[in-house]
Amino acid sequence: MSFLSTLFPAYAEIFLLAMVSVILIADLFTSGRTKTVTYLLVQLTLLGCSLITVATHQNGVTHLFHNMFVDDLMSDVLKLLSYLAVSMMLVYSRSYLLARGLFSGEFLALVLFALMGIMVMISASHFLTLYLGLELLSLSLYAVVALQRDSATATEAAMKYFILGALASGLLLYGMSMLYGATGTLDVNAVSAAIQHGVANKALLVFGLVFIVSGLAFKLGAVPFHMWVPDVYHGAPTAMTMLIGTAPKLAAFAFVMRILVEGMQPLMIHWSGMLAILAVLSMAVGNISAIAQTNIKRMFAYSTIAHMGFLLVGVLSGGIEGYGSAMFYAVIYVLMSLGGFGMIMLLSREGFEADTLNDFKGLNQRSPWLAFMMLLLMFSMAGVPPTVGFYAKFSVLNAAVAAGHIPLVIMAVLFSLIGAFYYLRIVKLMYFDAPESHERIYMQPDSTLLISINGLVVLALGILPGTLMSVCAVSVQQSLLLH
Amino acid sequence: MSNMQNLYLLVPLAPLVGAIAAGLFGKVLGRTWTHRITISLVAVSFLASLAIFQDVLAGHQYNGTVYKWMTSGDTSFEVGFLIDRLSVMMMLVVTFVSLMVHIYTIGYMQEDPGYQRFFSYISLFTFSMLMLVMANNFMQLFFGWEAVGLVSYLLIGFWYTRPTAIYANLKAFLVNRVGDFGFLLGIGLVLMVFGTLDYASVFANVHRYVNDMAPIPGVSWNLITAICILLFIGAMGKSAQFPLHVWLPDSMEGPTPISALIHAATMVTAGIFMVARMSPLFELSETALSFVMVIGAITALFMGFLGIIQNDIKRVVAYSTLSQLGYMTVALGASAYSVAVFHLMTHAFFKALLFLAAGSVIIAMHHDQDIRNMGGLRKYMPITWITSLIGSLALIGTPGLSGFYSKENIIEAVRLSHLPGSGFAYFAVVAGVFVTAFYSFRMYFLVFHGEERFGKEVHHPSTSSGQAHAPAAHAPVAHVVAHTDAHHPSTGSGQAIAHDDGHSPDAVHEEHHGLAPGQKPHETPWVVWLPLVLLAIPSVCIGFITIEPMLFGDYFKDAIYISHAHHALAEMREEFHGAFAMIFDDLTELPFWLALAGVASSWFFYMKRPDIPAAIKQRFEGVYTLLDNKYYFDRFNDWFFAGGARGASRFLWKFGDVNLIDGVMVNGTARLVGRLSGVLRNMQSGYIYHYAFSMIIGVFVLLTIRTWFE
Repeated sequence: MSFLSTLFPAYAEIFLLAMVSVILIADLFTSGRTKTVTYLLVQLTLLGCSLITVATHQNGVTHLFHNMFVDDLMSDVLKLLSYLAVSMMLVYSRSYLLARGLFSGEFLALVLFALMGIMVMISASHFLTLYLGLELLSLSLYAVVALQRDSATATEAAMKYFILGALASGLLLYGMSMLYGATGTLDVNAVSAAIQHGVANKALLVFGLVFIVSGLAFKLGAVPFHMWVPDVYHGAPTAMTMLIGTAPKLAAFAFVMRILVEGMQPLMIHWSGMLAILAVLSMAVGNISAIAQTNIKRMFAYSTIAHMGFLLVGVLSGGIEGYGSAMFYAVIYVLMSLGGFGMIMLLSREGFEADTLNDFKGLNQRSPWLAFMMLLLMFSMAGVPPTVGFYAKFSVLNAAVAAGHIPLVIMAVLFSLIGAFYYLRIVKLMYFDAPESHERIYMQPDSTLLISINGLVVLALGILPGTLMSVCAVSVQQSLLLH
Repeated sequence: MSNMQNLYLLVPLAPLVGAIAAGLFGKVLGRTWTHRITISLVAVSFLASLAIFQDVLAGHQYNGTVYKWMTSGDTSFEVGFLIDRLSVMMMLVVTFVSLMVHIYTIGYMQEDPGYQRFFSYISLFTFSMLMLVMANNFMQLFFGWEAVGLVSYLLIGFWYTRPTAIYANLKAFLVNRVGDFGFLLGIGLVLMVFGTLDYASVFANVHRYVNDMAPIPGVSWNLITAICILLFIGAMGKSAQFPLHVWLPDSMEGPTPISALIHAATMVTAGIFMVARMSPLFELSETALSFVMVIGAITALFMGFLGIIQNDIKRVVAYSTLSQLGYMTVALGASAYSVAVFHLMTHAFFKALLFLAAGSVIIAMHHDQDIRNMGGLRKYMPITWITSLIGSLALIGTPGLSGFYSKENIIEAVRLSHLPGSGFAYFAVVAGVFVTAFYSFRMYFLVFHGEERFGKEVHHPSTSSGQAHAPAAHAPVAHVVAHTDAHHPSTGSGQAIAHDDGHSPDAVHEEHHGLAPGQKPHETPWVVWLPLVLLAIPSVCIGFITIEPMLFGDYFKDAIYISHAHHALAEMREEFHGAFAMIFDDLTELPFWLALAGVASSWFFYMKRPDIPAAIKQRFEGVYTLLDNKYYFDRFNDWFFAGGARGASRFLWKFGDVNLIDGVMVNGTARLVGRLSGVLRNMQSGYIYHYAFSMIIGVFVLLTIRTWFE
């Protein structure tokens, strides 16, 4: 009993694991194509996880499993947002997947396993736990992408993702091994302490750092480790793309925070330079390439790359302001992405993918409300006030200016300007062009409601960003202060 | 205390909810529910203001942040309330007048298709104005400032199919932009120097900067003077002070209820309120005070003159508003802030009353607004008549009525002021008394007394005898006015005139105005006259009741700061022996006799010998033309500013935009980016070994850079 009660910071993970097993078995005994029971069980699991995470929250930082696992405000906030993102993703993609016969028990189980990986990554305070979470997440995602076995593009995407992911994992592990060689430990805090006290071999450390940053960059999809992003986003069924493009970004942010900020804060001058290069390249390549795309999923892929570049600007600026704004940016990015992919799935129907730019032509005539929601999302992605995307960009730039990275800020603004073009092009297509098809849009009540909330939240947060911003700042502060 | 905070929030939010309900769901709610909801919410706001007033009187004040909007560097932008005696008084005035106007609107807008929209706008206005007066920082002040400007714009152009209304609202917006530009610069200067936008911290630190120079390169202006004058330029726009007054007369294109609410009682007084609120700043700069006083004096006198020759009933009241705003500004300049605010309050009541009464007359006359077509309405509209008479008497400062106390004290304060320009200001405000009385009673007599000139077969001025009334001599008016606003097919000056004239193509298409032959006007419904009665009560007695605490008591002691060097008010306090005594003292003073003379001469000119004004006009045609063209301000603005701006814009468009920016920069970069994009797209080959290679290259590059920098 006393052992179990010491585990309470990990109750959410334990509960999730138990529920995945339950769901796997329950799925065998429920019939029917729609999988309603399983689906509801999954949603209930997510709700349960949220309740547990809230209930087991406590102030300060709690370590568990010999410092391999950490529970702090940042992890709780990020986990809650991940549940929300996964839950929203399921609502958006349910009818899409049902229409394609992909809404199976395995899919739901894989999604939950991926979530498990995300949670482990978020709460990891040891390089091995981090790696464990990362692999759990990645393997689930490879499988999810390949789930549409008979689609050549999906399997190709899965293959590319898997091979490049394996390469990235190799780089990461190699980096970690060098870090271990230099410091003699894999505990994030111990690593930090070892570097601080100068007992570590500097050359080895920096060498390891380069490999770790490369691995991170792959997860984030930063240039030049980004090549998988467009192909996977494009090739995978939209629901899977949405899964890859949303909650895992929160995990990637946590990953960066745990490894670079908590574990290697003393090396900041080294890694911030590398991040700056990655950030500028990502913003440049992402925004410029997105312009030439005709497929909206591919366009979103490049837009992700650009957004991750922006996020890196926040991280490398440092300080509560920098990390806080990066976290804010990650959260907002996930929110906007959910809406964007959700819109593609809403417009798709059986045997038809609304994934080219032409499919958005004249949307205002077909459904003014959906067009307006898309307008809000696009404005937000482009960073037009009063949507929240503006505030996210603004706070990142603000932190960067405060940290003195003026040239970086100028480049970020310039590339955002270029980026605004392709977001606004969608708005133009929706409002000023004639529709190519007049087919009625079948609006699922649940996903229509969700996208309305999604769009309006983007607007509301833009006007009143204060609360979320301070949550981000406080959680970053709390998890960093005690090191 | 937290209960009170909720109450503070309720005051602005209730009208906002009303505005949203009426604006977004007006169609669903229907007319009746729309006005029920908005009126009750404004009533809630009024009652909450009353409760807060009680609380403030009990000695509680509040200054705090409600919501932190965002932080930029060390500056935070907040929504906060400063509830003291000044703001609570403004809240009461705003919500009360607004409530009256809401009720009145039921009757006035009865047949208008934009009924719900109108209610939404006036509730939104109430919200904005409350945010303005309750602000505890410059940012929120500016928000309220712009929001009332926006609503004013929307309401002036409420009948958006009329070209004249669109012209008027554009004009109001542009002229206010000029003022707001100064205002924004002033706020910027405050932020730059003080590093905060919070009133309290600015006022607390202001004494440290008394002798500083403004951080503007190339000039050596005193900092406080620069701030004050810039802020006052904002007030000049909003409160229609010379030379930014040009928009207010045209704003009469809007429906009458908003003329009462926005362009007489509340919004235009925002500038006065702002200067009173900033008294700790203005007190430190005699130059700024002098400037304020002279501008106010010019407005008070010269805008009064224009009221004399107007024939549109609403325009007469509009020019009277301009002139009264000038009075308030003069009082500000004389450091008699409390007197200005006192006049603001009394004026709000009687001017709203006059406007609503004018609206009532307009309803009865079936939307004919020309006073030459009225006359003898007294017996048909008894309630409107008696309330108008009260309003006019209060306006001209009849001893005992509310306007008397405020105006008399303004004159007194100016007399005691020693600032440069106070001599001129004293002359202007005293002469203004005569002018005010003259034009007010000219309108009163022409509307309510004398021959009944409505319901005639033809309203053509040239057919009338000229003996019976003045219009014959007014025949050229429509043409001249049409010239003034030359860029527009119709005139900015009341389509009633154009209609009379019968030439204007616009007027022909509009619904028929005026009474049909033989038709008689009759009293308006209760929703229209009830507000008149309710406003008449404070117009009579509010001055008598409140003069002692507001001016000579210590009602404003925490809200308004007066430097010891400016002792006009203190001297007046010495001489004050009670409200009653003031009435009797005044009977021997010049202003009283001037007012009396004004009334008498207007009676003589327009009732007894209507041929005299015509003769005067012929004799002094130059002066008349000058006045009729409103001192050629509009024409100058159209030619110089509008024309100049168009010329400059054309150059920038043709050369700067089309050639340089579009040709070289925009399309040039776009082409470059497009090409780059194509190249990058080709790099995404689809081959997995290319991808892996790019990763390896990445690692290699990072490693090289890292090891080099070691």
